[in-house]
Amino acid sequence: MELSRVDAIIERNGSRGASLLAILQDVQDEANYLPREALEHVSKRLELPLARVYAMATFFQAFHLEPRGKYVCTVCMGTACHVRGAARLVEQLERDLEVKSGGTTKDLQFTVEEVNCVGACALGPLVIINGEYHGTMTADRLTKTVEGLKKAEGGTR
Amino acid sequence: MTLNLTINGVRVEAEEGESLLDVARRNGFEIPSLCHHEAVAAYGACRLCLVEVTKGGRKKLTTSCNYEVLGGIEVVTESAAIRRHRAMVLELILAEAPESATVKALAAEYGVTRSRFAASGAGEDRDGCILCGLCARVCAEVVGANALTFRKRGDNRQMGTPFVEEPQTCIACGACAWVCPTSCVGFDEQNGERKVHRWKRSLPLAKTEKGHAFAPQFQLFHFRKLAKLEADFYKKAPGER
Amino acid sequence: MTRIGKASELAAYRAELLKKRPADAKVVAVCCGTGCNAYGAQKVYAAFAAELAKQGVKDWALRSTGCHGFCERGTLVVMFPEGMLYQRVKPEDVAEIVEKTLKGGETLERFLYDDPVTGEKHRLEHEIPFYKHQERLILGQNGQLNPESIDDYIALGGYLGLAKALEHGADWTLEEVKKANVRGRGGGGFPAGKKWETCRNAKSDKHYVICNADEGDPGAFMDRSVLEGNPHSVIEGMIIGALAIGSDEGFIYVRHEYPLAVKRLEQALVEARGLGLLGEKILGSSLSFDIRINRGGGAFVCGESTALMASIEGRVGEPRAKHINTAIQGLYNKPSNLNNVETWANIPLVINRGAEWYTSIGTKGSTGTKIFSLVGKVNNTGLVEVPMGMTLRKIIFEIGGGIPAGRKFKAVQTGGPSGGCLPAEKLDLPVDFDTLWNEGSMMGSGGMIVMDDRTCMVDVAKYFLGFLKFESCGKCTTCREGIRRLHELVTAVTEGRATEETLQLIEDLSETVEAASLCALGTTATNPVRSTLKFFREEYLAHVKERRCPAAVCKTLIRYDINEKCTGCMVCAKRCPQKCISGERKKLHVIDQSKCIKCGICLDVCKFDAVEVK
Repeated sequence: MELSRVDAIIERNGSRGASLLAILQDVQDEANYLPREALEHVSKRLELPLARVYAMATFFQAFHLEPRGKYVCTVCMGTACHVRGAARLVEQLERDLEVKSGGTTKDLQFTVEEVNCVGACALGPLVIINGEYHGTMTADRLTKTVEGLKKAEGGTR
Repeated sequence: MTLNLTINGVRVEAEEGESLLDVARRNGFEIPSLCHHEAVAAYGACRLCLVEVTKGGRKKLTTSCNYEVLGGIEVVTESAAIRRHRAMVLELILAEAPESATVKALAAEYGVTRSRFAASGAGEDRDGCILCGLCARVCAEVVGANALTFRKRGDNRQMGTPFVEEPQTCIACGACAWVCPTSCVGFDEQNGERKVHRWKRSLPLAKTEKGHAFAPQFQLFHFRKLAKLEADFYKKAPGER
Repeated sequence: MTRIGKASELAAYRAELLKKRPADAKVVAVCCGTGCNAYGAQKVYAAFAAELAKQGVKDWALRSTGCHGFCERGTLVVMFPEGMLYQRVKPEDVAEIVEKTLKGGETLERFLYDDPVTGEKHRLEHEIPFYKHQERLILGQNGQLNPESIDDYIALGGYLGLAKALEHGADWTLEEVKKANVRGRGGGGFPAGKKWETCRNAKSDKHYVICNADEGDPGAFMDRSVLEGNPHSVIEGMIIGALAIGSDEGFIYVRHEYPLAVKRLEQALVEARGLGLLGEKILGSSLSFDIRINRGGGAFVCGESTALMASIEGRVGEPRAKHINTAIQGLYNKPSNLNNVETWANIPLVINRGAEWYTSIGTKGSTGTKIFSLVGKVNNTGLVEVPMGMTLRKIIFEIGGGIPAGRKFKAVQTGGPSGGCLPAEKLDLPVDFDTLWNEGSMMGSGGMIVMDDRTCMVDVAKYFLGFLKFESCGKCTTCREGIRRLHELVTAVTEGRATEETLQLIEDLSETVEAASLCALGTTATNPVRSTLKFFREEYLAHVKERRCPAAVCKTLIRYDINEKCTGCMVCAKRCPQKCISGERKKLHVIDQSKCIKCGICLDVCKFDAVEVK
């Protein structure tokens, strides 16, 4: 990520400690993760210890220090989804993509994540793929959905 | 302003703004704690300094380190319930730091000689760290180096350095090792180098005019700057002046 | 947009709006809440826009609205003024609806709601049992306005509460809120008026007003629905609060998981500023107040007031001790009044219609309505707003339509991770702040998760502990280690590795976690495990003594088998990821238990009910 982009984000949010969370969010929105050089730059510009910036970046679940896949598959783990079998969907994705929850496939195509409730409980169990909600999901249908995405990417996997 | 309160039925005086833990200890009442140090602000992480405070007729359990004294409160520092909770907390801590002499001795005082909980088992191994945060607080509040921090949260929480690498702002002063209640930081000097093991930091030692190595250059630089000392101040070691 | 210079001019502005939108106007309202959007509501809306133009329909207006609450049946389309509800509408249905219903006046039976219990069909939205027993003071407007239009809100009487408050002054406003006894909808149930008064009386050059929109309880989404469907109601509430408290700066702390809510709020703030309802000298009065939005970073603990404030200050969300409460020393150590979304949304109603009217709804100790998200194993899932004091039974069985597939009600979980599970014998309890608390559960923010006989209560306890060990900030030993260890112990129960001593240790440790943790996350964390141990001890004992999971949920203790209903279609064998199902075509299949990983796919794909789990 270009540091000038980080500068622009800092300008927009205000160069002060109170803006740290907002700045990191905007950086992640642009880069899809928090690149190390961006964190170091924010620390320098805001005159905050790197330790504090790093603490923020690891405390909040929204942040990722590693690049994520082209397709981010987020399984909602809210209670309503849980009682309708959400844990099985995570396991299914882990099997299908050969990656642990929280991880990204080596080819940077897929990331499997869990989120603690997105407030769409009536649709549970729910999987969100790149922001699109897929409600009342089953393990079988999930496999088919993922297969479809793989195929769309050329089917080389 | 002087405040009056009672601790275990004894009337004691305190100044406004003092913490209950400090007041109690000054008056000879023993309260255990592992995350408190006079050099830094109270944090309230270990939960061992739990006491019972009655204010306006209402009783509640609270940690004493971060409780500012109030006039008229009645404090109980030991009771069956308090001992039971401290024992349970120590059992939790003992599972994290089974080798620590301090923790073992304190646990024994509460009748805890073994933990019913499996050894650590946290997401990442903590190697005897009980996450009291003293090292990071001393580093930030006293030393001003800000080399350490908690990372992540919940049961994934860890103490360490940014990006889990040799911390570039660490001056290897060793304050973190000094305050660590479980002695898990580790610190030594060998062959003209000082090492802080847990953070994988090693710095060469500066020598005085007489050739004594006594502190890392970086540390001396940092101290000279903080205390506004002459550039050649550390040419002599404290014993050489 | 021109600023409205005086409170009295607001009425004139509204009168102009009403001329353009008479009460009997024909409107097709498409629910574009998050639930319906997931079913494709945006496409339905676009199809209506296209069809109305194509078929030359001029007398029907089209409106995109916030969540109607009946998410189970989306996409919802309501035709005003009559209020006929079409459910499960798809984009391909729209042409026919426009032609036959809007133009021809014909009712298309297949889009009407059919009651899963009685099989009866209902035409009108308010006749449906799901809506009939509700009192939708807050949610009701969602279906009638476009959340991106301040004019819609004003036309429905919006900002009249603010005008009235300005006219009567800060003292009167505070008294009214106190008299109404509005209790905080975020969980604690603390009287809002009392908190406002403490904050206002705290001497300081600065007072903050904060809206907690970090709705983190899993299974609760009412705040999302209000923010997305009626953002101005929250903003108006906050401005009224600012007047009563004497504040000039406000914050709304919204979860980043709610991007649509952030967008709607941002737009609403711009519109409100444009009309002079926010900013300098609001409606020409001496009140100046503005609001900023902060996005959360995905941390449940930030719903706790001190952690939320730390987060606004740009620090990690670690709670601090509240020996002095935040109404006196909060954000930047200044007096700060924090209420949640639903609480703020109640304020305009209280002011507009008066405390006397407000206290006539609900019970003596818990006034007004409460929104619940009725989810889990229940027929009509969605958002439900009822007067406080309604029984659990009425909510779950009359509004919720009971348990699907003829299964048996087992428990209802209220209050999220801080709440507890109540069994069938508690169904006749009135739902209010104090009753639930006395039963070892709590109102929380209003999650109501229904569980049937196929839900394992030990698994539910494990679920919440797993949630909390991850969401704890990790500061206190008792919370961080205590919850982690409780999770370990309960996991041992679910895997048949526990003894009765384990249960005793769970109880003892729970007691310490509750007594010795700093913030409410820790002190209430053990409610789910304690309440299930209290009401469902037999189920724990079945796991411990018989190594059996009665609900057939806990993986280690169950097995999948194929019974004689198997037709030998081979679908399960093909889909099995372990390839451990064998059998020839048209012959009974068998699962190799030594290889089975109990993923449940065979059960999902079997069309003949031949896969059993025990």
